[in-house]
This record gives sequence, C-alpha cells and structure tokens, in this order.
Amino acid sequence: MSSAPTRRADAPHTSMFLRMLMRAAVLRRGRAASALLAMIVAAGVATAMLNLYVDVQAKLRKEFRNYGANVVVVGKNGTALRADALSKINSRLGGHGLAVPFAYVVARTTDGQSVVVSGTDFEQVRKLDSWWSVSGWPQNSKEALVGTRAASVVSAQGKPFDLSFQGRTIHLNPAGTLSTGAAEDSRIYIPLSEFEHWTGLQPSTIEVAASGAPQEVDAAIRNLAAALPEAEVRPVRQIMEGEARVLGKTRATLLAAAFLIILTSALCVLSTLMGWVLDRRRDFAIMKALGASERLVSGFFAAEAAALGAIGAVLGFGIGVGVAAWIGRVNFHAAVVPRFNVLPWILLGSIGVALISAALPMSLLRRVQPAVILRGE
Amino acid sequence: MFFRLVYESFRRQKRRKALAGIAITLGVAVATAMIAVATDVGDKISRELRSYGANLLVTPQDDTLDLQIDGVDLKPPSDGTYLNEADLPKIRGTFWHHNIVGFAPILPVNVEAAGKNLTLLGTYFSKKLAFGKEDFTTGVRITHPWWKVQGAWPDDESQDVLLGEALAAKLGTKPGDQIQIGGQQHRVAGVLSTGGAEDGEIVASLGLAQQILGKPGAVRRLYVSALTKPEDALARRDPKTMNSELFDRWYCSPYVQSIAYQLQEAIPHSHAEQIRQVAQNEGTVLSRIKGLMLLVTFAALLASALAVSAAMATAIFERRNEVGLMKALGAGDASVAALFFVEAMLLALIGGVIGFAGGAVLARQIGRSIFDSQITVDPVLLPVILALAVIVTFAGSALAIRRAVKFDPVYALRGEG
Repeated sequence: MSSAPTRRADAPHTSMFLRMLMRAAVLRRGRAASALLAMIVAAGVATAMLNLYVDVQAKLRKEFRNYGANVVVVGKNGTALRADALSKINSRLGGHGLAVPFAYVVARTTDGQSVVVSGTDFEQVRKLDSWWSVSGWPQNSKEALVGTRAASVVSAQGKPFDLSFQGRTIHLNPAGTLSTGAAEDSRIYIPLSEFEHWTGLQPSTIEVAASGAPQEVDAAIRNLAAALPEAEVRPVRQIMEGEARVLGKTRATLLAAAFLIILTSALCVLSTLMGWVLDRRRDFAIMKALGASERLVSGFFAAEAAALGAIGAVLGFGIGVGVAAWIGRVNFHAAVVPRFNVLPWILLGSIGVALISAALPMSLLRRVQPAVILRGE
Repeated sequence: MFFRLVYESFRRQKRRKALAGIAITLGVAVATAMIAVATDVGDKISRELRSYGANLLVTPQDDTLDLQIDGVDLKPPSDGTYLNEADLPKIRGTFWHHNIVGFAPILPVNVEAAGKNLTLLGTYFSKKLAFGKEDFTTGVRITHPWWKVQGAWPDDESQDVLLGEALAAKLGTKPGDQIQIGGQQHRVAGVLSTGGAEDGEIVASLGLAQQILGKPGAVRRLYVSALTKPEDALARRDPKTMNSELFDRWYCSPYVQSIAYQLQEAIPHSHAEQIRQVAQNEGTVLSRIKGLMLLVTFAALLASALAVSAAMATAIFERRNEVGLMKALGAGDASVAALFFVEAMLLALIGGVIGFAGGAVLARQIGRSIFDSQITVDPVLLPVILALAVIVTFAGSALAIRRAVKFDPVYALRGEG
C-alpha cells in the first residue's frame, strides 16, 4: 500500500486530485464553512493586531508631539541667531516638523518692575504649544499675550500698558491672558516683527518639534547642527526620553496581547480543523481501501488544509485591515494604514497552523485500519 | 446512573476532553490576563508618564515675577519670597499622598566659582525625610528621571556638588576634582547632563545653597510629580462655585487641579499650579493608550470565546455514535442534552479555575517583564470569569448538542456521520 501508483500519467492524477479537493469542499459545505470561518477570524485578528502593533507607534508619536518642542536651537554663548536661521531650519526640516522663533528681553514696566518680554510667531506657537491655555490670541500688531502672573503686575484690569527697554517705550493692548503653570506665566508675548522693531534684537532661540522616530529626530538634529554651525542644537531630553519610555512599554504590552490573541485564535483553528478531518475519517478509509498510498492521502489532506489556510488568510487579512482601521478611527481619530508587508506572514502563519491542525488527527487516523473505520467504530 | 455516565465519560475519554479542556483553560487564562492588564495599564502607563517630570509647581504665594530666559534665572536672589523647607514633608499628609510620586525643592543662588559668576541650584537628590512615623525618600532623581550623572550622585548631607556638562567641559573638570565656590573648596562628585539650562550650572544639596544664601529653610520653588486622573468637565470647574457634595467629589478625585488645591492647603503661603505642558498631554496620551488596550481586550475576549466554542463543538461532534447508542437504548433528547450540558459545565468550571490561576500568573509575568511592577488579579474577578466561561461554553456547545441530539441513531450506529 505504501508504493505510489507510478504507472499513472501525471495529468489525470492531478486533475483527480483537484477534483477531490473541490468536491470535498462542496459536499461538506457546513463543516468546510465553519473551518474556513475559524481560519478567517484567526487571520483577521492576527492581521488587526499586527497592523496595530506596527502603526500604534506612528499614531502615539503624533500624540507625543503635543508635548511641544523636542529640539532647541540657541545661539552659542547667548548670542542671537542669524537672521536666516529660521528659513534654514524650515528648509532642512522639509515639512517634517515645526520651528518657532523666540526672542527675549527683560523690559521694565512704568513702575519699574522687571518683566520678561518675548517676541514670537503666534500662528506657529498655537500649533507647537497646544497646552497653552489662552483667553484670547493677539490679532493686531500692537496686541500682547500676557502671562497670568505678569498680568497682575502690568495690567490688572486688562488695561493698555507701556513697557520700556533701553529708553524705548512700546504701548501695548492685552489681547488675552496665558496660563501654562511654568515660566511663561511671568512673561509677556508680542508679535516678533513688533519686537524686532522695538528692541532691534533678533530671535535667540528657535524651538523645533521634529516628527518621526528617535533615529529620524537624531538625524534632524545632526542635519540642523551642520546647517547652523554658529548655533547650538540640542535635544530636549525630558521630552525625548519620556516618549521613548512610554512608547516602548505600550508596544511591549500590545505585543504581549497580540501574542496571546494569536495563540487563542490558532487554537480555535486547530480544534475546528481537527474536527473537520476527524469527521472525514470515512473518506480517508475509503481512499485507503481503494488503494491510495499513505503519502497520497496525507498529501490530499495537507493540500486541503493549506488551501483553506490560504483562502482564510486572504479573506481574514481584508477583515483585519478593516478592524485595525476602525480601531484607529475610534481611538486615534485617524485610520490605521494597511500594511501589505504583513500579508506574507499572515499567509505563512495561517497555512502553518492549518497544516499542523490537519497533521494531528492524521497521525491518529493513520494508526487505524480502514476496515475498522468503515465498520463505523 | 446520570452521574455515572458523566463520571465515566470524563474517566474514559480523556483525549476528547483534553482538547476542549485546553481550549477553555487557555481561553480563560488569556481573558483573565488581558482584563487584568487592561484595568491596570492606565495606572502603569501613568507611572511611566511620570518620566516626563513634575506636573505641579509650587511657588510662594506673593512672589515677584520670574525672570527666566531659556531656563536661566535672572532674578536677583534677594528678590521675592520663599517657601519654608520645614513645610515640605507635610505633602505626605495630604489626601492624595499615595499619588505623589516625589517632589524636589529648588533654590537657585548666584555664586562666584572658578572665577566666574555662576548659578548654583540647591535641591534634594535622594533625600530621606520623615512625616509622622512614615519615612520616605524624594528628590530630583525621582522627579527629573532624565537627569544623568557621570560619576556619582552626591549625598544630600555632604558638601559635594554636581557640575553641568557644558560647564565641566569649559572648566576641564572631571568627577573627583575640587572646585572653588565662594571661597570654599568643594568636591565635584559627578558631571550632570540634563539637556537643559542645568548643563551650565552647579547643582548642590539644598542645605549648601541655603548656607551660601544665608537663609536657612528657604526654597524658591517646589516641583511635585503626582499620579493624576485625566481631566474632565468636573476637574475644570472652579472649586469656589461648587456645592459641598460636588466639592467633596472633586476633592476626592486625583485631578491635577484638586492635588494642586491640596498642596496649597498643606504648604502655607504657597501657590500650586499644574505644569500644563506635562499635565495636559498626560491625559490625552493616557486615554489613547487605555482606549487601545480596551479594544484589544475585546478582541482577546472574542478570540477566547471563539476558541472555546470551536473546541466544544468538535468535542461533541465526535461523540455522535454515543448519542446514537444512548438514544437506541431509549434515552430521550432531553436527558442526552442534559448529559452534554453537565459535562460542558464541569469542563468550564475546571478549565475556568485553572485558567484563572494561569491568567493571574500570566498577568504578573507581563507586569514584571514590561513594567517592573506587579499586576495583580482581583479575586473578585473569579466568579465573573467563571460565569463567562460557563456561558461561552454553553453557547459554543448548544448548536453542536442540538445537531447531535437530532441525528438519527440508525445512521450514527451504522457509522455514517
């Protein structure tokens, strides 16, 4: 029984094989469908988890960029930056980030108190420092954003006030107050052009939020340092390290979850397919009784399992991508982009699990004589 | 007779029970572990988010304006008022003291060192303090985890100092060297790297800074790192406008605002404010991660339920012949179904208990390997998990049992499945 029927021509053999595969699927629709369903669910869940695992990094990074600048550019030894520094930085970043200039002086109020005044670009600050709690952003050039603590000193009732720096006075209207809980509360922010006109000073600091993975940020820092040899470019370690830590832990948890979920899904496939193969022990016995070799029968079941695995994987991939996109929409308000490089792994995994699931009951059946099965014991 | 049937079925058909049993055990273990991780992940990530540093800043109530540019303090040290160092341990007496991970006082003073005018920051490195009977340790090593020292951290009681990286490079000083500060020799214990203004400053113990300033007990500002709950509508309300019931609810929730309020109560003449950069973003990041884990937990529960159902269906399907035999001997549909249901329930209970224990171990392992801290599974969860396991097992078996019972015994006995 173990010798393969070599005298047969190859072509009819193959067509018979395919026909048996097709008929098996058609005749036992119910069982085949449930096995396929299990396969689809497992592949779908695995796809969704892998997609999430790959994409969660990018999604969370976007959230982490709300922490503000991760790179700071300052003039060496407290000097102002060159006038073209900002445009240089913007061109080097090429859209992968945000750069906001800040200029500072210590000015005096009319009653002689010192206060830090900063000139900046309000449009960009709103994007960079989204945590600033502002009651009203300045719209006109003579309007200022006053920190809550500075407000009690310069304009308690929101009245216009004067500031002087090196004998030059500026008259400002408070547009709103700013609250951050940090040093910004003691400052007064005015538009950069107004600041330059008043003090004649250039920005001394440019805060940069570079997007991307740590390697990309490092590359951006090197890139900026090369473009601005007269400036000091340094990472904001507080932001970078916190991000790396939280991201790492989240991904590790997700990976553990993905592993567990894929394991249970594989078990689901295993039990369903085992049932399917065991259910068909009579086919197995008849094939053997009619003279099919053990290799042929094993091959038949293996091909069946592999086909099931492949179909399930492709359909499951589609569903999994949908689920991942849905989770992305619900949780991060941005769709998770499908990763097609996950597909080969899903395909391989599904076929592998299907083959193992088929092999287990096969080894049980192989030990039994066909006559015993056919007699129905 | 019924119980004998159940007993014999368990004794004799070990292999068939094994698959279903493994599926239930694994399913329950995964469900338990994922529920435990999902409920605890908020707390764990919240702790990790503390690596962003302090989220609360306490300053003297009627302080003059800060004159800080790029982290460099330009305010004359004689200016303004101070907090009292003796009040700091009282933080441990506030309602949410368990949520306060650490705090670090800062006192900047101007010094002349190595022939330059420099800023010296006095702070706690890792100071041992006592409040009542409770001993605890706090300082910048907890609140500013991104501060890295090459060499050694100085002792809080010593006269040793840390030199900022940029400053040390400029002076050519290495850990272990001496530095002249205000006419006195101090040993440089290590070189500090923070990526901020401290890189150009000297950092010493709070006691040393107070001694140089000549104001014992003075603290300029206090950074507090606290575990907080993401902000919601209640958190943002002004406590002055709340009625007493609402106020109690607000006061007893670990919002950053209510912790700030309690810090103000604990430290006389102080003003506590959330550092919005840290506090506000923490909430968004936390809710995103929690939401993600919740959805993933649903996926895990679904996968477990499917695995259990599939295994039960297969296990019952295999036993058609038995059903045929029982029915041929005169058993009614109801008693056959009852037999299967009792078996399923027993399997669910046994698998559920083992799986629960396994899930607890799994959750602990995940906690230890990822977060370096325990994730414990609440025993209260056991009945819930068991009930879920029984329901899922029943639901998974129901269809298969129905089909098995409806099957004609003649076909079954002839072996035409």
